[in-house]
Amino acid sequence: MTEYVSHIHPVAAILVHAAIPLTIILVYALVAIWGERKIAGFIQDRLGPMRVGGWHGWAQSIADLLKLIQKEDIIPTDASRFLFKFAPFMMFAASYAAFAVIPFSSAYVGSMVNIGVFYLLAVTSLLTLSIIMAGWASNNKWSLLGGMRSAAQMVSYEVPTIASVLTVVLVAGSLNLMTVTEMQSGNDILGFLPNWFIFQNPFLIVAFIIFFISILAESHRVPFDLPESESELVAGYQTEYSGMRWAMFMLAEYADMLLLSLLGATLFFGGWNSPFGDFMAGPLWGFFWFMLKGLSLVIVMMWIRWTLPRYRVDQLMHICWSILIPLSFVNLVLTALWEVIF
Amino acid sequence: MMQPEEIFEYVKEEFGEEGFSFSSGDIGDSWIQVEAGMIKTVSKFLRDDPKMRFNTLMCLSGVHYPKEEELGVTYNLHSTELKQTVALKVRVPIENPNVPSIEAIWKTADWHEREAYDMVGLIFEDHPNHKRILLPDDWEGHPLRKDYVQQDFYRGITTGA
Amino acid sequence: MLEVISKETGNKEMVINMGPQHPSTHGVLRLELVLDGEIITKVRPNIGYLHRCFEKYAEQMDDYAKVIPYTDRMDYVSAINQEHGYVIALERMLELEVPERVEYIRVIMAEMQRIASHLLGIGAFGLDLGAFSPFLYLFTEREKILDIFERVTGARLLYNYFAVAGLMRDVHPEFKTDTAEFVKTFRPKIKELNDLLSYNKIFIKRTANIGVLPEKVALNYAASGPVLRGSGVEWDLRKNDPYSIYDKFDFEIPVGTGEVGTLGDCWDRYMVRVKEMEQSLRIIEQALDGMPDEGDVMEAIPKRIRPKEGEIYVRTETPRGELGYYIISDKSASPFRVKARAPSFVHLSMLPAISKGSLIADMVAIVGSIDIVLGEVDR
Repeated sequence: MTEYVSHIHPVAAILVHAAIPLTIILVYALVAIWGERKIAGFIQDRLGPMRVGGWHGWAQSIADLLKLIQKEDIIPTDASRFLFKFAPFMMFAASYAAFAVIPFSSAYVGSMVNIGVFYLLAVTSLLTLSIIMAGWASNNKWSLLGGMRSAAQMVSYEVPTIASVLTVVLVAGSLNLMTVTEMQSGNDILGFLPNWFIFQNPFLIVAFIIFFISILAESHRVPFDLPESESELVAGYQTEYSGMRWAMFMLAEYADMLLLSLLGATLFFGGWNSPFGDFMAGPLWGFFWFMLKGLSLVIVMMWIRWTLPRYRVDQLMHICWSILIPLSFVNLVLTALWEVIF
Repeated sequence: MMQPEEIFEYVKEEFGEEGFSFSSGDIGDSWIQVEAGMIKTVSKFLRDDPKMRFNTLMCLSGVHYPKEEELGVTYNLHSTELKQTVALKVRVPIENPNVPSIEAIWKTADWHEREAYDMVGLIFEDHPNHKRILLPDDWEGHPLRKDYVQQDFYRGITTGA
Repeated sequence: MLEVISKETGNKEMVINMGPQHPSTHGVLRLELVLDGEIITKVRPNIGYLHRCFEKYAEQMDDYAKVIPYTDRMDYVSAINQEHGYVIALERMLELEVPERVEYIRVIMAEMQRIASHLLGIGAFGLDLGAFSPFLYLFTEREKILDIFERVTGARLLYNYFAVAGLMRDVHPEFKTDTAEFVKTFRPKIKELNDLLSYNKIFIKRTANIGVLPEKVALNYAASGPVLRGSGVEWDLRKNDPYSIYDKFDFEIPVGTGEVGTLGDCWDRYMVRVKEMEQSLRIIEQALDGMPDEGDVMEAIPKRIRPKEGEIYVRTETPRGELGYYIISDKSASPFRVKARAPSFVHLSMLPAISKGSLIADMVAIVGSIDIVLGEVDR
């Protein structure tokens, strides 16, 4: 598909490349918000949304979206108006832009850049900036505290995320996500296991665990949802937002969750590779497997959210700086040794 | 465990007859009436004496007695060690409702005394934060006085009186 | 008030208002926090947002019995226990004998209410710390109790069920089996709660060693109920100063042990509540066994309530602690003075003493662990 798109007019090609991830994100967000409420319902022994649209309230998120569009756009008098309006869009733009390098299938990746991983990590760190912007511009003390917490949290957790991603990069020898995925094709480990990096050596399992904990913190999910912890900081940096602007935050947050899960699927679970070798392989099946892997990680994140309480801010920092960071660097060195020996 | 009468005798031995009396109603609890100026010394004695050991102040209530034109404070004390209880009472004239604060002896008196000031208008000397607690700072009058008349407007808002 | 603080703080610190509208102040409580970063250097609780002047109402009623519905509205989470204290005070003033069947039904209702109140307290505590699911599990159980209450009293929150020396109406014939069924199904849920929340590592990290209340401070502040017991003091009015027929039952007083942290921390206060629910179940079981099947619950209710001159201080153990009613009678048909000594009021006053130097997140845990109900604080 990438080759096909490149044959048409360059402007049209850009639009197509922009539209594909956007469609995926929007559809996913509507399903995921409904899905999260359903999962929460099942975990808590209740039904969740059941009315809108008939079958299990499938149209609930659409109805919510329509309601949010109709809401009055409130901007606090003392807020910094430009930054206040800009922050939600910037936050969404940051996670949206990162989708450009995600290889959705063997036939489609938005941009085949050689520094894909580097680009993705660089662009997503803009999220921190937009959250601080929202927290500061609201001119609300709770928002400010939320923004500050988030800055501290995301800057800290970027280190173990990058270190664990580096571990994979070290093994793969490439920063291009397409190449990383292609290296994981085939079923050679123990004769039947797919060649996914998570199965390739024991240190990569550790790297995945570190990566998963870090992306929970990066995307503000329980038990690390401190920037928006509703029972302490009211709603953190979102306190003053309502209507469409708030919906943008919501969208960006879910998009971020998907992005990091898809990154995890690419790096550790073989991306679009089928788990059965050549069986059920091909570009469309590839897309199916890729989304299945990504969404499974998303569901695990939701499951954790509705099960655990929240950490405190200093405990969060403790986990990052005294456990995850040393562990991830030791892991990196050990992986390098493993690579040299085998 | 001592009965209130015995406690009264014991306290009288320590401080002498002056300023104490023991009384009770037709029903219910009896109490030791203490002169306002002595309440702090008596409280301290009741808390620290090995035979008294009243380590908690259960309740402190302000009362308005319109017939006598007096305000009163009732202290309900209790000892978790010796499992005995006693009630102390202080009466002061309404024109000069000053009672020494016992906040330094039982910390719990802090808010109770503020409430008594708020509700019946008792004034507690040496209280560290002598302000209204339940009502706004600029409210007029003390609602639990029997002759209380509610103000018509509070900061321009009608009070519905 | 605010200007005063901001002058004190200079530029380094920030004053922040937690409440009156905040998700975890359990009602309309306002805490003025002076923050240095996220560390709290000063706390000033501001109350009175829910003040309805219960005491003034009580004085203006033309009948002692008409005060009972107002007592419900003080601690609206445990209305039965509030009524219980008030009717006991009146019974002692009038020197009335209470029929045995009435006493048994009262004890069963009071203990059920205690469980319902603790379920809410524990659930909301978990919610404050970000654990959403246990809250809903506990609410399912609370709902079962409220269903039983609805059938007995006709109401789900404010019951107006106890009368002086009697009850407003008799229980329905299936009351015993309904309650026994609840007790049977509820007991395993406590274990489930312990697995899900009490011994959760993150939960322990958030509550152990936080908001430590030493025994001496607790007594000096006249703490009572689970807050005092959490500090290791074995003190329960149902045992130490028995009222009603509590002396007939065999139960234990759970106290804080410092099992996962320091004695008297938030976790200890929480755990005392969990263990108390088990003891309440024991009392209910014994009361169901001993409850007489026959007897008119309304025959002893006096037509006219006019106590002789005098005053009384009666205290009972509510789920939150010692609830005292100080009632003065002047021989008229309405009380001369009713003062309610609310446990939440007393517990909230010690908040500055136990929360200094903690973080905002700890503040939420501490407020949750002392389990205040603002209706009772403000009256």
